[in-house]
Parts: sequence; structure tokens; C-alpha cells
Amino acid sequence: MAKQRAAVLGVGQTHHRSKRLDVTIGGLCREAIDRALADAELTFDDIDAVVLGKAPDLFEGVMMPELMLADAIGATGKPLLRVHTAGSVGGSTANVAASLIHGGEHSRVLAVAFEKQSESNAMWALSIAVPFHMPVGAGAGGYFAPHVRSYIRRSGAPKHVGALVAVKDRRNGAKNQYAHLRQPDITLESVQASAMLWDPIRYDETCPSSDGACAIVLGDENAAQGRTAAWIHATAMRTEPTTFAGRDQVNPQAGKDAAAALWRDAGITDPLSQVDAAELYVPFSWFEPMWLENLGFVEEGQGWKLTESGETEIGGRLPINPSGGVMSSNPIGASGMLRFGEAAMQVMGRAGEHQVDGARIAVGHAYGGGSQYFSMWVVGAEKP
Amino acid sequence: MSIDVSIVSFAQAPNVRETHGTTNGVEMLVPTMKEALDRIGLSKKDIGFWCSGSSDYLAGRAFSFIAAVDAIGAFPPIHESHVEADAAWALYEAWVKIRTGEVDTALVYGFGKSSAGQLRRVLALQLDPYTVGPLWPDAVSIAGLQARLGLDAGLWTERDMAEVAARSRAANPAAQIYEQVTVDELLGRPYVADPLRKHDCAPITDGAAVVVLATADRAKDLCEQPARITSIQHRVESASLGARDLTASPSTVAAAKAANADGIALAELHAPFTHQEILLRQALGLGDEVVLNPSGGPLAGNPMFAAGLARIGEAATRLKPGERALAHATSGPALQQNLVCVLEAD
Repeated sequence: MAKQRAAVLGVGQTHHRSKRLDVTIGGLCREAIDRALADAELTFDDIDAVVLGKAPDLFEGVMMPELMLADAIGATGKPLLRVHTAGSVGGSTANVAASLIHGGEHSRVLAVAFEKQSESNAMWALSIAVPFHMPVGAGAGGYFAPHVRSYIRRSGAPKHVGALVAVKDRRNGAKNQYAHLRQPDITLESVQASAMLWDPIRYDETCPSSDGACAIVLGDENAAQGRTAAWIHATAMRTEPTTFAGRDQVNPQAGKDAAAALWRDAGITDPLSQVDAAELYVPFSWFEPMWLENLGFVEEGQGWKLTESGETEIGGRLPINPSGGVMSSNPIGASGMLRFGEAAMQVMGRAGEHQVDGARIAVGHAYGGGSQYFSMWVVGAEKP
Repeated sequence: MSIDVSIVSFAQAPNVRETHGTTNGVEMLVPTMKEALDRIGLSKKDIGFWCSGSSDYLAGRAFSFIAAVDAIGAFPPIHESHVEADAAWALYEAWVKIRTGEVDTALVYGFGKSSAGQLRRVLALQLDPYTVGPLWPDAVSIAGLQARLGLDAGLWTERDMAEVAARSRAANPAAQIYEQVTVDELLGRPYVADPLRKHDCAPITDGAAVVVLATADRAKDLCEQPARITSIQHRVESASLGARDLTASPSTVAAAKAANADGIALAELHAPFTHQEILLRQALGLGDEVVLNPSGGPLAGNPMFAAGLARIGEAATRLKPGERALAHATSGPALQQNLVCVLEAD
């Protein structure tokens, strides 16, 4: 077939903070892009096309900001594509950039994703009334808390599992120089003592609201030859509607389908054994066991056991979010690309203090909307 | 070996000044998708990849495209993506997807309910938010500045502009704007943003468009005369209006060159202002022999985020055997971003 091999040549990200008042939106993107280009040992001259992703434009109050960012992101005179697939967008943007290479369109593509959430109140921007629906009006936490309660009821998971994830992710975040929240001293007790926001989700089990950006340089086989690269073994995207009778919002079919396609295309038959590290989109701690099941790492109802056993820590059987994940930094539009980029950094051996020893195969995962948009990729140290 | 991709179906919602439907576009999309699929005897289960183009700002609400997925009935789940841009760029993404070999069909849709807000002010939010946006130069005013620069440079006259309008308004009885009118009559009408008169500006339109793509191999079985996409190219320019030569369109020139856009018999240009059609025609080197905007073009109906895709669909359905057509789409203030799609009838 026509499919060309594609690989990650470099990854860059900003220091994520609640307010990056020191930079404009363009400056924020550029900080990530400059690091990605340096990581790839390339310059803007080497880039054929730019793909930009971010979540709703209402977050910053700029309509289609990729247009006004054309100079800052090095797109002027080149093809520029803007992706928006809700919270999964950072992952989708990387996947679209990969498809530009898989399809033989370009040799080197720059993917960039950002969110500058301090420009507005993101939680409420997410809660604008939808026609014909009762407004939830409670932000993302209020929307997802019933899903978490349902998961606990269905799986019989003990109540402290969510707090365990929070402790692990925040301690991992402390090893990541770019993370927004770096809390090496966090404990199970301190998480369980934090304020209850949306029962059963406590303050410390919730992602922060961050300003940040991520950039990934992708290249074709020629561009990747003879250098350290994260080869893309498979990508997958799936979507289902927000609401319909009988929809399983805890373990959505779209996520299951995307994962099944991902493992099939990557030639992975036993993901728990074959994957060395995974960066999953976990904005509320309980989503770690939920996604472990949804992606098929374990059977339904068993995810919390893997988490509770400590096997998802760095050094465990399947380290989840060694970077600290969304629980440690959440510039929404960039969060998915951070997952994809961190997965690439793991197999390139460039994850620094949060490197998983010997990581050869890693997964990046993102979801969005009401758990209805999924994007994923598998990257490996070797050519597929 | 690259995979050839063809357009096998096109449908669009009626272009109207105002619909009573939601800003999600669902009411416009459901019958339009059905029409596009029925025409080639396919159902949603036959579609390998879906890609849409729309704008949250036009809808006035975050994630407006999510509710549009309801128009599909996306369960079992679908392989899908979305661009925050005119759906011509969604078609580009879908075209690339088919060329990766992962899928052999794709449905592309775009929708926009411009009547939901004040379009010319909404579009001002595309400008640099630090130095330009706060001045609120609206979309018509910026186009007016561009038209004035061209007039002063002798690149076009107000009569040239009115001729474009007269031709566009008389082109298509089914379009939102249809009237037989003389150039002199148009020139007697008042300015809305000197030197632009009302007829120099695209109307406010609610609408949607759907295009179905298939590999050239599958296309032969799906329709009588597929329109093969020989190339699609797009480029963006700086957003800094003062740094651009607004009387030229280097991004269009570069895209057309890369797309080998020559020997064109028919062109559908996405020019929301009369002077922009003249400018694009110059940039593309389209002579008098080229049939231009037989659909009436955006000046006769301009559904935001669907109009560029509709240009590609309109060109595909009008293509005659042995001919080459060019479809163009634009995005951003004063033709900042431009896409050129070249079609051939096999």
C-alpha cells in the first residue's frame, strides 16, 4: 500500500503554569516549538507544513487563532491545518500530522498544540448550554463525577484507589521539570484530607488548569534515518455521540474500538505485556483504572487492581503517566499532545528523571467531549 | 505508488438568509447527508472516515461540532476528525487519509449558521488579539481597505467589481441571490463600506455542504462520472495586514503552482468580495475562456465554513469529460489562507 513510515524526530513543551503572563499566545507556542526543533536538530526551514490543535477558541477569545499565529509558529508560506476534536485534540493533531507523512504529502511536519487557559475561565466555557439538553453547569468535574461513581459501583473498587493515582501522578510530576504541579511530598492521607469537589472526586484528585503548549516534529523514513526517533507503529481515532439510550459512558465503545484498531495495526496481541509505558489522559484520578479497562490492558472491572498493586508506578509492570500526566499539567488543547509527545520521549530515552528504564514501546492516549472522542498512538524505538 | 481519490457525490442545504435550526447544523446536515449518500447508494456504514469543518465562534458556543455528530447517528462509533476551518480543509484531511491507504471512502461536511450573530464583527475576532483586534476592524472594513488599495493601484475599477457582481447574481436561479441586473444599475446603488457596495459583499447565509470521496478504483462503481482530484495544495500568509501586499495573493500563486493548476476550463472561486475574485483570477492566471463561478459563487450564497467545500462540489458536478476544473477556498482576513484543488473528469 501507499503508507509511508513516519517517526517523531523531536518533542518540546513549555513550562506549564496556571498563568503564563510572561508570554503571549504566540510566545507560548514558540517556547514549545523552539524546544521541539532543537530536540530534532532542525530549523523552520526544514519544516514542510504545520498542524495546529487546540480546544475551543472561546478559551482565549480568538477565533481560529492559528491564522494570527501564522508567523509565530513558522507557518507563513506553508500549508497550515487546524484541528479541533475537543479534549482529544492534542492527540488528534499529532495523528493528522502523522497522516500527512503516511500519505506521502510531506517529509517533515511540525505539530503544535496549546491552551492559555488563564485568558478565561475554562471550566465555565465548557458548560455553555447545548440545544435540547439540560445544562450541567458544573464544569468537567461535575460532568464526570457520576461516571466515576458508576465505575466504583460496577467494579467494587475500594475508595482509596483514586487517591493512589493522585499520589503517584503528582510524585511523577515532581520528576518532570516542565510540570505545573510538582508535589514530591504528597501522601495518601493528604489527598484524602483534601476538599471534596464533586463526590467522589477530591481537590487533589483533579487536574489543574494550565497555560502551556507542546510541539512535535515528525518526519518520514528518510528524515528519521540514522537518528534517534520514535517510530509510529499505529494511530487510531474514534467518535461516538454524547448521549443516546443505552450508552456506556464509563467504558465507551468508541474507546474500545479505537484501542482494538490500535493494537491490531501495531501488531500488539497482549498490550499489558508488550507495552512498556503509557501516557493516558487522566484528568481525574479515577480515570486511570477506567482507561486501563477501556483500552483492554486488563479485563473490565480489573483496572483498579493493577493500580492498587503499584504496577502502574515507574518501575512497575506498566508505568502509567510517568510524566505526571494531566493530573500534573493540563493546558487542555495541548494535554493530548503532551501524552503523545511524552510517549515518544520514553522510547527515545529522552524522558530525563521520569524515564522508564528500557522503554521500547509506548502508548499516547487522549479523550475529549463527554468521553466520546478518542485518539491514540503507539510509538516504538524500532521501525514498525 | 500514490492512491488516486475522486469526488463521487455532492449535496448542499438550501442557501438561505436565516434558518430556524440550531447552530449545530444538524437540521441542515441530516437531509444533506442523506441526499449525498442516496445518490451513490451508500449508507453511513460504508464510510471509512468522516471529517467536518465548522466554527465554535460562529455558533457562539464551545464544541458546537460535537452536537453535529448527531446528524450522523455515529453508533457504532466512527473514525472521525474535525477542522476549525472551512470544510475545504476537512476535504484536504480526508483526501490525505484515503491516500494513506487506511480507508477507501470518506464523507466531508461543513456547516455554518451565520445568521446567529453579526458575522462581520464575529470575524474581527480572527485578528491579532493584542494589537489589531481591540480596534474592531470588521471583515467588511478590512475587505474595503483591500479593495481601495487595488483601485488606487489601478488593478481594478468599481465598474470591474460591479461586472463581477452582475454576472454572479444572474448565474444561478437556485442561488440565494438571483437577479438580472445591469452594471450601471449596480453602480447607482449606495456604498456600505466605501468602496464596497452591498453587491460587492457576499450575503449572510446559513447552509451546509457534503462531499463524498472514494478511491478512484471504488469511484468507478459508485457514480457515472467521478471527478478525480489531481492535486490539492494550500498555503497561509502572515496575519500582519501591514506586512502583506493585499493587492496580490502569493499564497494562492504558490498553491496553484504546486498543484499544477493549468489548462483549466472551469473555476469555482471562493471570493466573498467582488474585488477578491478579480485578484484571485489574476493570481491564478485564469483567462476569459475560463467559465467562472457558474454556481454564482459566494457572492450569490456564502454559507460560512461550507462555502469553500461547496466550491469543490460545484466544480466537480459541472466538470465535463476531458476537462480540468479548479476549485478554490479561502480563510482568514483579506484572503490570508488559500486552497487550490484541481479536478479532472476521467
